[in-house]
Amino acid sequence: MMSQKAALKHLTAFLFSLLILSVSISSAQDAAAGKAVFMSKCASCHNVLKKATGPALAGLEERHKWADHKELLAWINNPAAYMAKDPYTQGLKAEYGSMMTAFPDVTLQDVGNLVAYINEAAKPVPAAAAGTGDASQGGDNQNSVLFGIISLLLGVIALILMQVNSNLKKLSDQSEGVVLPEGIPFWRNKTNIAILSIVFFVFGGYMVAKGAIGLGRQKDYQPVQPIYYSHKVHAGINQINCLYCHGSAEQSKHAAIPSVNTCMNCHKAIQAYEKGPKLFDEDGNEIDGTAEIQKLYEFAGFDPNNSNKWDPSMAKPIEWIKIHNLPDHVYFSHAQHVNAGKVQCQSCHGEIQAMDEVKQVSDLSMGWCINCHRETKVQFNYDSTKGNKFYSIYEKFHNDIKSGKMDSVTVKDIGGLECQKCHY
Amino acid sequence: MSQKKYWQSFGEVNESEQFAKKQQDEFREELPFEGFDDKGLLDAKAPRRDFLKYLGFSTAAATIAAGCTIPVKKAIPFANRPENIIPGVAQYYATTFVQEGDVVPVLAKVRDGRPIKIEGRPINIEGADSTMLTFAGTSARVQASVLDLYDTHRLRFPQQRVGTGAEARFEEVPTFEQFDKLVADAMQSATGKKVLLTSTINSPTTKTIIAAYPGLEHIEYDAVSYSGMLLANKASGFGTALPSYDFAAAKVVVSLGADFLGSWLSPVEFAKGYAVGRKIDEKNPSMSKHYQFEGYLSMTGASADERFVCRPSETGLVALALLSAVSGSSVEGIKDAKLKAGIEKVAADLLANKGASLVVCGSNDVNVQIVINAINNAIGSYGKTIDWGKPVNYRAGIDSKFEQLIVDMQAGTVGTIMIYGTNPAYTYHNAEAFTSALNNVKVSISFNERMDETTERCQFVIPSHHYLESWGDAAPKAGVVSFIQPTIYPLFKTRAFQTSLLKWSGNDTSYEEYFKKEWIKDLGSEAAFNSVLQVGLQEKPTPVSTGSYSGAALAGAAQAITTAPAVTGTELIVYQKASIGTGTGATNPWLQELPDAISKATWGNYALISMTMAKELLDVNLLNGTEKESNNYEYYPQKPVIKITVGKKEIELPVLVIPGMQSNTIAVALGYGRSEKLGRTAAGIGQNAYVFTSRTDNGTVYNTVATVADAKRKEKVAQMQIHNSYEDRVEVVRETTLATLKKHPSVIPDYRHHLEETYGKSKDGLTTDFRSEGTLYPTHDQPGIKWGMNIDMNACYGCGACVVACHAENNVPVVGKSEVLRFHDMHWLRIDRYFVSDANNPDELKGVVFQPMMCQHCDNAPCENVCPVAATNHSSEGINQMTYNRCIGTRYCANNCPYKVRRFNWADYTGADSFPNNRDQQLVGKLDPVVEQMNDDLTRMVLNPDVTVRSRGVIEKCSFCFQRLQAAKLEAKKAGRPLQDGEAKTACQTACASNAIVFGNVHDASSAINAVRANNTNRSYYVLEQLHVLPNVSYLAKVRNTDEIIESDTHHAAPAHEATQTQAGHH
Repeated sequence: MMSQKAALKHLTAFLFSLLILSVSISSAQDAAAGKAVFMSKCASCHNVLKKATGPALAGLEERHKWADHKELLAWINNPAAYMAKDPYTQGLKAEYGSMMTAFPDVTLQDVGNLVAYINEAAKPVPAAAAGTGDASQGGDNQNSVLFGIISLLLGVIALILMQVNSNLKKLSDQSEGVVLPEGIPFWRNKTNIAILSIVFFVFGGYMVAKGAIGLGRQKDYQPVQPIYYSHKVHAGINQINCLYCHGSAEQSKHAAIPSVNTCMNCHKAIQAYEKGPKLFDEDGNEIDGTAEIQKLYEFAGFDPNNSNKWDPSMAKPIEWIKIHNLPDHVYFSHAQHVNAGKVQCQSCHGEIQAMDEVKQVSDLSMGWCINCHRETKVQFNYDSTKGNKFYSIYEKFHNDIKSGKMDSVTVKDIGGLECQKCHY
Repeated sequence: MSQKKYWQSFGEVNESEQFAKKQQDEFREELPFEGFDDKGLLDAKAPRRDFLKYLGFSTAAATIAAGCTIPVKKAIPFANRPENIIPGVAQYYATTFVQEGDVVPVLAKVRDGRPIKIEGRPINIEGADSTMLTFAGTSARVQASVLDLYDTHRLRFPQQRVGTGAEARFEEVPTFEQFDKLVADAMQSATGKKVLLTSTINSPTTKTIIAAYPGLEHIEYDAVSYSGMLLANKASGFGTALPSYDFAAAKVVVSLGADFLGSWLSPVEFAKGYAVGRKIDEKNPSMSKHYQFEGYLSMTGASADERFVCRPSETGLVALALLSAVSGSSVEGIKDAKLKAGIEKVAADLLANKGASLVVCGSNDVNVQIVINAINNAIGSYGKTIDWGKPVNYRAGIDSKFEQLIVDMQAGTVGTIMIYGTNPAYTYHNAEAFTSALNNVKVSISFNERMDETTERCQFVIPSHHYLESWGDAAPKAGVVSFIQPTIYPLFKTRAFQTSLLKWSGNDTSYEEYFKKEWIKDLGSEAAFNSVLQVGLQEKPTPVSTGSYSGAALAGAAQAITTAPAVTGTELIVYQKASIGTGTGATNPWLQELPDAISKATWGNYALISMTMAKELLDVNLLNGTEKESNNYEYYPQKPVIKITVGKKEIELPVLVIPGMQSNTIAVALGYGRSEKLGRTAAGIGQNAYVFTSRTDNGTVYNTVATVADAKRKEKVAQMQIHNSYEDRVEVVRETTLATLKKHPSVIPDYRHHLEETYGKSKDGLTTDFRSEGTLYPTHDQPGIKWGMNIDMNACYGCGACVVACHAENNVPVVGKSEVLRFHDMHWLRIDRYFVSDANNPDELKGVVFQPMMCQHCDNAPCENVCPVAATNHSSEGINQMTYNRCIGTRYCANNCPYKVRRFNWADYTGADSFPNNRDQQLVGKLDPVVEQMNDDLTRMVLNPDVTVRSRGVIEKCSFCFQRLQAAKLEAKKAGRPLQDGEAKTACQTACASNAIVFGNVHDASSAINAVRANNTNRSYYVLEQLHVLPNVSYLAKVRNTDEIIESDTHHAAPAHEATQTQAGHH
């Protein structure tokens, strides 16, 4: 009897500890890591709270067998195989019109993290304050204004003092009885004229040269596009990965503007602009987001009330206005920079995720390119675990780094300032 | 010991003063300044005030034009992006170049939906058996074929001729259905048989379709006939077919007038095989021996080790003599002692290499070919170098069948004739007979891409696809099928001609569907079909009943040859250029501007005449004449014109004097003198030489007796060779004989050693380093890749495929004849042709050296330090960079380049200028219409979007195909691995059928470029090495396989010696 009781006690203790253990495991699941996975893999089709290309993910553990993460993993790893014997997911495909992309590299750990993130994100949170980045820039501006005012004041004071000085000299000369020749008015003073013309020449030359250099440059160019497309809403608020739409940036010289069918992947489901912040154009007019989505539907030939009948082949391309233009004699490759160089999109395009209407942030001048090439470090393989093995042939640099002669390899060092790297 | 001399032109060989003066000007042209010396500046045509006015105006205009408006550019994405297309990334499709029976498997580079470049299809594609196909090369015509796709003169819709006589014109038929109905009605009403006239068809599915067409008689007609060979092979027991030739297995190659590297049968394939025997392993130097018997200097003859001239009409006698020599009898019937000795020598060599030699002949005479077959049988070629197990399908036309057709047409028994891929109204020897017979046929239908001479005489015209728009297949050999897949949607309202045949024979499927269905049935599944398409090739060894040699016809053939009357007087032979071919290349601007291998002339044909004839007929004495005489001939592009009369036909052509011609033979290229309707490129250029072909019982004859007379006038010929001169520097070309190489293997290393000893010693005399000590300039680090190129001159035959490939890859402009005449040609890569002759007799031709010459990318480049704006400078990868947007056009660099490879954009050839009227040069010379044609929006689709289109006023030159190098590096970077050897290839390298060009990273110890330089130290040299410009392009010296020992070669070792020679009058 005792032994039975003891066994029971042991068993209870064991189960209890197992429970604790499992709880501790589940709490070890990292919502932050889950967010990373979500952003890189899921966000292009799924939203936590809303239906998008795929279903909303909030509360997914309550649905189907998804409480069992192994089931979920099997589905994520190979949707086609899973769906073959599972009517629920077949139903999903019918509902959303397409099958989920397979992610064979997702692990059970990832699934746990993902679910943790989704559960956390599903809880209502107060909206985060935005726009902290602007303050420092404002400060910069204020400083320069301040400096300007101080310089101007000092200049005026110097002038007044000079005038006072000259008047005093005149008075003292008079009192000493020195006879002065008739004063020449300052505008006929040849020294003044000469100084003035030199100043004008220098200033004018500077302005002309600057203007000439700037010919054809269009920094801050912000044309009105056929559709008010807000990068802030897509890339900023909804955190859609840049490469979801501009995927060829990794493979091609062109980042490429997405085709209408790429837009429609999501906008078949997202038919109205709700919830998001109010949108304004540059002139401060309010923009109706839903109406802009309607414009897309016109290009796509899509009727939201009759979405099953949509024929993607009838879509018309959207004639966007090209903002970032390079001269024909410049070869620029996005793949080179984004893929090989691991340069962030924002480095050249600015805080694109904060722009409603895109404008050209960099002046795309040769000096601007060259400066970056001077400073940017390449993905050099400093040791066998890091960097791009392409650079393993640069024996000299490897030796110099070992011997401490150089500490890093910039684009300049591998010939990034040479003319023909971009002009051929 | 013998003396020899390398020369490019007669001015050079005779060392005229005027010629020397001309050589000193890089751009030999007076600047358009007028009245400077006589009337003073104010009275000049453009006085100083006007100059200032224009200057002020143009500065203001430029500012306004550049500054006021920036055009709004649009970025228009796909509406639905196709899954496998990434904008800006090129894709390659395996397809097949087919034209008049020629088959060359290729890869088409498609960029954003446009095919822009043709590459040789590599044979190492998985699944392809490299033993059966020796392709992976291209010819100039294959390279240029992509431009044909965008020809503005292509036919754009089906049409029908209305009206008669002078009123006749073509009217569009709006739809294919209406066209089909019109044709069906017309055919219904026409009595008599239906005939399909085509060039050789080697597509299996097309053959099935033709066979299934009820009551259709199919006649194949080749522009240049191989009927003699086909019939001779039948008479020799092999059937009416052509065998595979294995030039790679032949140690001795004998050609009797066959231009097998340029135009005969399948030059790409033959060049590849031939190159195998021509490349030398230095450790054990040996190479194949090539003998050529011919009347004029052909491209193939230029590569021969020993060349014997004979009259074209003597070919049969030479063949007979050779036969009797290889059979052990004595040589009879040859009067010329040199020729006779040659035949005996060749025969001895053939017998010594039984089973490893090959005799080919370009004659279309059945009897001659029967004798050739007998020779090949006697020397054991069958089964060794000639393979009857794999007969080729390149040519199938039989002369007599076509003649019978004309008789039938004339008699009115042909009710309907359909013509595809052939142009007898131009190519037939008696074109009038054909055209008048064509008028007797009720219904004539042409399937053609262009309005050629035959098509314009047909009633119905339904344009066919370009091969890059087509589906299809082609069987070059028995058991091998190469596939054609479209790379672009048809540009115009065109239809596959097979679809028309299917429709009109009552089968409603299109050829595209039919083709796919047939092949899926054959291969078993769609997946198998797709994978075969991807490889582009299908091989199914099929047993072929080979037949065996029979000498039954030999006696009769020999009898016919010996009893033929001997020809005296002047003989004319027509030949095909590697570029224009039978005339198919005439509409292509790239091919028209490609200099001919031998004459180096562009845009037109001319009569090649011997030096003897020039002296006798035109009083142009180039052998030992006065300086004035060679000047008059060589200095000016105006060449004397001769009138050639054959029977009632006569044409006038300018002459080019070529050494090594049979003294009484003149040669004229085919393919010129085309109809206006073929377009601006072809029209008005040269004369039609087909009128000189004729017909005997033994086949169409391409040589004839002609009367020539001095026409007492001159005409301009746009030659290129004399544009660039090295001013007598002899280290440009290195050429020797095999015997000399064996005896004095270290001539080149010795010279390098001499340079090192003389200029490379350090100040203390302890170390030797030519690179750093030979210059005042510091040396520069090249920490990563260093690009280098090697060209084996033994494997270069001057075909020009690389030149056209360079055009296509690098957007090199076409300038037109008038600009070539003004030395404004733009080729980045040129092939210099050097004659090697006896020092005292330029007509005593020993050989010809072809040297591809492009920017040498000197590490110590003379062009770089003279540029005032640093527009040309050196990269850390060893490339001499040219920055167009920085260039201000001083041309100092071109002046200072010892290789003369820099090209200046004298006019806006490309339409790249901001000012649209910049092409309009009324003051200094109007551009040819072809420049406008190349600037049409349609033609510009061929431009490579990765390469800048240069505008007027900038220098350009070879960039080592920098865009390709960057692309290859990017691929490696993306994959995070070092660049592999062979990933980066230049356009000229991939175009070359004989792999003469090797390119790669010199810093990669295991690279092919390092290997080739290390394994050929005795032949590897740099051009003008003593200038210490340190080129990155090395050459392998040309070796002729003869026993001659050239002692004078050692003079390269000592420049001082060279100087004394030059002083003595000859170097």
